[in-house]
Amino acid sequence: MKAWDAIIIGGGHNGLVNACYLQRAGLDVLVVEKNDWVGGAATSRELTPGFLYSNCSYVCSLFRPEIMRDLELPRFGLQVISYEGGAVFTRDGDYLANYRDHDAHRREFARFSKRDAEAYDRYARDVTRQCRFIQPLLMRTAPDPTSLRPRDLGELLYLGKKFAGLSAQEMALTLRFWTMSISEFLDEYFETDVIKANFALSGIIGTALGPMSPGTAYVLLHHYMGEVDGSVGAWGYARGGMGAVTKALAASFKASGGTIRTGAEVDHVLVGRGKAKGVVLAGGEEIYGKLVVSNADVKRTFLKLVEEKELPDIFLRRVRNFKIRGSSGKVNIALDSLPEFPALPKDSPVYRGDMHFTDSMERMERAYDDWKAGRWSADPFLDMVIPTTLDPTMAPPGKHFMSCFVQYAPPRIAGAEWTDADRDGFAESVISQIAEYSPGFRDRIVHMEVRTPRDIEAEVGLTEGNIFQGELTFDQLLFNRPVPGYAQYRSPVGGLYMCGSSTHPGGGVMGAPGRNAAAEILRDLAKSTSHMSPAHDVI
Amino acid sequence: MAQAIRKKPVSKSVNAAVSARIAAQDHFRTLRLGTPFQPRIDALAKTQDWYNWAGCRAPHSLWDEELEYFAIRSQAALFDISPMTKYRIEGPDAEAFLDRVTLRDVTKLKPGRVHYTAWCDDEGFVLDDGTLFRLSPKRFRLCSQERHLPWLLDSAIGFDVTVEEETEAVAGLALQGPTSFAVLRDAGFAGVEKLKIFDLADFPHDGGTVGISRTGFTGDLGYELFVPADKALSLWDRLMKAGVLRGIRAIGYTALNRARLEAGLIVANADFTTAEHAIRADRLRMPDEIGLGFMIDLEKGHFNGRRAILETRAKRKLRHMLVGLEIEGNIPAEHAIVYHKKSQEVGLVSAAMWSPMAKRNIAIASLARPYGDTMVEDLWVEIYAMRELQYQKLMKRAKVVARPFIKLDRRTANPPADF
Amino acid sequence: MTSSDAIVIGGGHNGLVAAAALARAGRKVLVLEAGSEVGGAARTEEFAPGFRVSSIAHLLNRLHPDVMKTLELDKHGLQFARANFMPSVALSRDGPPLVLHGAYGEVLTGASSSEQSAWKELRAQLLRYAGILKPFLSGRPPDLAGMSLLDTASLGQTALALKKLGKEDMRDFLRVLLMNVADLLDEQLADIRLKGLLAFDATLGSHLGPRSPTSLLGLYYRLAGETGGAAGAQILPQGGMGAVVAAIRASAEKAGVAIRISAPVAKIIVENGRAVGVALDNGKVLHARTIVSAINPATTFLDLVGPREINTGFVRKVKNIRMKGDAAKLNLALDRPPQFTDVDAAGHKGRLVIAPSPDHVERAFNPSKYGEFSPEPVMEVTLPSLADPSLAPSGACVLSAVVQYAPYALKEGWHAGKPKFLKAIMAQLEAYAPGIGKSIVHAELLTPTDIETRYRMPGGHWHHGELQADQMLISRPVSGWSGYDTPLEGLFLAGAGSHPGGGVSGAPGLNAARRIIAMKG
Repeated sequence: MKAWDAIIIGGGHNGLVNACYLQRAGLDVLVVEKNDWVGGAATSRELTPGFLYSNCSYVCSLFRPEIMRDLELPRFGLQVISYEGGAVFTRDGDYLANYRDHDAHRREFARFSKRDAEAYDRYARDVTRQCRFIQPLLMRTAPDPTSLRPRDLGELLYLGKKFAGLSAQEMALTLRFWTMSISEFLDEYFETDVIKANFALSGIIGTALGPMSPGTAYVLLHHYMGEVDGSVGAWGYARGGMGAVTKALAASFKASGGTIRTGAEVDHVLVGRGKAKGVVLAGGEEIYGKLVVSNADVKRTFLKLVEEKELPDIFLRRVRNFKIRGSSGKVNIALDSLPEFPALPKDSPVYRGDMHFTDSMERMERAYDDWKAGRWSADPFLDMVIPTTLDPTMAPPGKHFMSCFVQYAPPRIAGAEWTDADRDGFAESVISQIAEYSPGFRDRIVHMEVRTPRDIEAEVGLTEGNIFQGELTFDQLLFNRPVPGYAQYRSPVGGLYMCGSSTHPGGGVMGAPGRNAAAEILRDLAKSTSHMSPAHDVI
Repeated sequence: MAQAIRKKPVSKSVNAAVSARIAAQDHFRTLRLGTPFQPRIDALAKTQDWYNWAGCRAPHSLWDEELEYFAIRSQAALFDISPMTKYRIEGPDAEAFLDRVTLRDVTKLKPGRVHYTAWCDDEGFVLDDGTLFRLSPKRFRLCSQERHLPWLLDSAIGFDVTVEEETEAVAGLALQGPTSFAVLRDAGFAGVEKLKIFDLADFPHDGGTVGISRTGFTGDLGYELFVPADKALSLWDRLMKAGVLRGIRAIGYTALNRARLEAGLIVANADFTTAEHAIRADRLRMPDEIGLGFMIDLEKGHFNGRRAILETRAKRKLRHMLVGLEIEGNIPAEHAIVYHKKSQEVGLVSAAMWSPMAKRNIAIASLARPYGDTMVEDLWVEIYAMRELQYQKLMKRAKVVARPFIKLDRRTANPPADF
Repeated sequence: MTSSDAIVIGGGHNGLVAAAALARAGRKVLVLEAGSEVGGAARTEEFAPGFRVSSIAHLLNRLHPDVMKTLELDKHGLQFARANFMPSVALSRDGPPLVLHGAYGEVLTGASSSEQSAWKELRAQLLRYAGILKPFLSGRPPDLAGMSLLDTASLGQTALALKKLGKEDMRDFLRVLLMNVADLLDEQLADIRLKGLLAFDATLGSHLGPRSPTSLLGLYYRLAGETGGAAGAQILPQGGMGAVVAAIRASAEKAGVAIRISAPVAKIIVENGRAVGVALDNGKVLHARTIVSAINPATTFLDLVGPREINTGFVRKVKNIRMKGDAAKLNLALDRPPQFTDVDAAGHKGRLVIAPSPDHVERAFNPSKYGEFSPEPVMEVTLPSLADPSLAPSGACVLSAVVQYAPYALKEGWHAGKPKFLKAIMAQLEAYAPGIGKSIVHAELLTPTDIETRYRMPGGHWHHGELQADQMLISRPVSGWSGYDTPLEGLFLAGAGSHPGGGVSGAPGLNAARRIIAMKG
């Protein structure tokens, strides 16, 4: 019976990145994916004829350029197009737009407040300084602060040196920044509510926190660290939908000799004498491998795929305590024509960017209060994009695909499972919000897919529908991610590794966990990592 | 479980402020605004060579950058300075406020006078430099390269003063060159001959007034004029008409930039990085590090950054030095690296040119102390001169020299020269 | 006018501690108190004829041992007997309460046996972790940028203490340090009464809910305090909080401190970047080598020094200190002691907490984010006259409660909101102590705006600045100036707005005095 060099459980983007790097290091790698398609949460699916849906992840900015280059993703079809703008619609019939042009951006802010318009540069400087501090950490394995091994000490020293390299003011800001709420942070720069709401959204997307929760300033960074072709902080679409990312990864993997089996759900990991030996599929088929890498989240991996007796109690306790509460849903809509927003001039670039309707911090925070109480938000926060305005290939000519990321949606409704009626109510909260700003919107809808955390868990396998495979709070970052003591992609089971977003540096279609895990695996195998680019310089 | 939707209908009642805000939406269609003088400048712009000055469409040159430079030095050159950031600072505490914000002693700045100054953050790092116009005992105008409204407003806490941004409301022109006085006099600005260097006065124009100061950025005889935007075109026409016989020419920034370099003047975010824009902490500069130490007035009361500046001086922790260089040969050394003994990197040239007036190859450079300070010997610049797709690398000797590189008597002569 | 070496502005407990410590080091010290008596928010006041109560702080749970020792407070009438440690009673609407006895629950009653062992474990863990942070209370925060040998050594000691925890414990410490309290409680406990109590204690005095990340720090802060050598212990001082201040005052005066009451300072006089004296409201000018401000940092810099003498960036930082209080103080004069359902006599002498679950506390917190008060507020209630009959007429009873959340900036304004909030509080009290409403002789509710005016605490915030992670340690009161020094030579801060924060600990005052002595001020 064949034994693969490595079996990757789950063909999400991190699983595929991991597989690509291992295959390119000369390993014989098999990816097993439960769905009939690969991609995990980064897929494009034709859910109604002629329309491609980026039905989970919808924005491509965090994906590390080093990985795109190493794995030759452009050759396999990946192309990223920058957003042209964005806006928050206000209740008084106006909007606040974000423009790419620096001066237009300032003039737009000046419509609301001259002071805020001129405050932007200092804000951008301070956030950029923080990003520059964090960015190099993405592509490194977090050190174990309790360890005295030279590598961990070296990494700790690196962190210490980086921190010591900051000026006194930067240090102070860094410490405050990591523990502040985005709302408080913005209060120190801006006076206008809608301008704060405009920036605050990056502090909450994907989290189970509100803009007034401490720690959300850091989340803002997590979303700013992205770049589209050197333009830091820019967000963009993958041409052909987010599936283009994983499609390119799969093609790159296959081109280097890798094997993918779809429709192959793993029932459990085969463990013998404390070592992973392969996987058993749902049908009972056993596949052997010298090592197993799980792209599934840490809870799914260790509470469902590995038998309890193989794991130390303290590890199990920590895995059980891992916070992975889903907080968002998606409503994906096929439209027979471009919706109109009377507030927005017809030639506005905002149509080719992201649109929002939450124009105050209070509305955003109240949406979060609903989540805490186990309800979907009555007045939800939407991150709405129409990718077909920039990528017409995703829908028939003149028709459009709209993606609405919706926050907040709890994993369970008041402690009970979501019902279909709940799902309809959730969808209605979204549609009615859009329709308020876009008359006739309902009539343009051709097809709609509603995805609650329950649906996301069922289809993609993300526990509780959490898009980051675990919340991004300090207790779950760096050496605490996913759990203390196992933040270096390894697990208590020999030969069983983790490579999903549950691991450092976390979620978003970034690819860094998959890459970093590959580096650790190759290190254990004493194989070369020369095919892996180091993190790009931050100069 | 059914759940109610929290309906908050989009408000239909639109008040005046909101309508004004909505009316301003369409700026996104014009990414580079015109200044109040734009119709005249557009008509003269033969080269159509534009750049972005603070969001405005400003000319690099209009017809010939070389000849435009000579217009400054031998005739009268008209340059649109409207995009410069302007703040109106007014109130009983305006003087005390500015004394706290800026380095120089504002109590010594009399009404009808102008001075060149700079301001710092708490750590003593320069936020910007600019000119401060004292329009009246309680009214000032502060002009600068960058924008500072939040800083100025926060500085105003505890002072009875208002700060208003008036960049777009006020149009500005620089009229520079040996015949500039004659042009103004011929344009009918009676009494302008009384203006000594850094003097300022109001003159009637087109049913309103124009503020004229004997200031400029060229080191030459020259004036700056400020009018409300709606009187801009009539002012332009008045000057152009009066200047026909005096060789008046409109010019672009390239020419002005040469003149300012000859005059040894520095430009924010060209020769140094302003503190609110410096992402890298080592790019921050104290006044003493960019040649503005002379502004620091320790006799006056507290001002922003005072303690840090004093401490840095006392502990001899100043790290940089801005110097004028004269470089052998005639190849401009722009952005060249400065070396000590041809080997140790000690700084960077931020601006350089062959000076037609001085007939010297001049430059402004930022050096790491003690170079430029106590160590001024054996300095070299490495010039990468691109010639037909090949770098000609030159290692040239550089000498620290005093600024300005040229000194023109007519700049300060009284009465002003009537050419 | 004889001049002093040091003038201390503010005769609150921190000002008095600083003054006493300076005087003991040989300085000639004058304390200037704006009010008609010293003690600030830690006084005993008559609020209805014959009824006296501790003004804001009504429990002693963190008076720092160094303060006890340096000021020899035991010799001035302050003694802590173990027998006086107050229990905490977590009230429940659905049944009997749960009681934490001794020093923060050495013994837990009213809970299942599994919960008791879970609590034992959690309590030990919390005390261990709080113990790691405890040494920070008694010194200046480390200066990260210009690490001195001392800073490095003290951080090294913390690292050592961490190592001593053992690997797994250290890992857990690092994981939970900035966590929210609700999640931690959910991980380890099951009883919502116990969780509610802890959630309340973690968030008391702050603008956080139990689900807010970093809220666990509030619990550590509490447990880093000690009374009579026992961490987490709390007592009701005989004679009210005023008696504690009286002891501090006695110690100060014995050391030669001069105290002048009704002497509000109008201005700190600055000459050439140096604070040289103060001008009183009545125009009188007093000079001293050292000026110590034991009042609010914002008041100190924005009002007394004034922005002209300090930098814009510093003014900005001071203005950005968040200090809008969420806690109100309720004083009730009752014609007879109330009877809380299912609570025994000992319990009535304890701290009675209405915070039936973490979710309840969180729901109470929610409206405060939008400038609305909690419709179902949470509170800690004490009945001080039960143990100290001198506080009330015979047979009558004093009820003193700290109630959350009552946001300082109430949207409708406290003039309109106060009667409504009082009604909401009384509805809660009535539910737990039926009939209490009918026994009220007089009710006094101090909202944060009342507290602001009466005790000169901007925002009505007893910490003089939110005690949250981003306003702690090196960021307290503002980054760059966390070590009691200020941008003005000769001016020092010594109040709760400085590290480590508020509560009747005396630590900021003592630390400031030590700094001044070290600087030869």
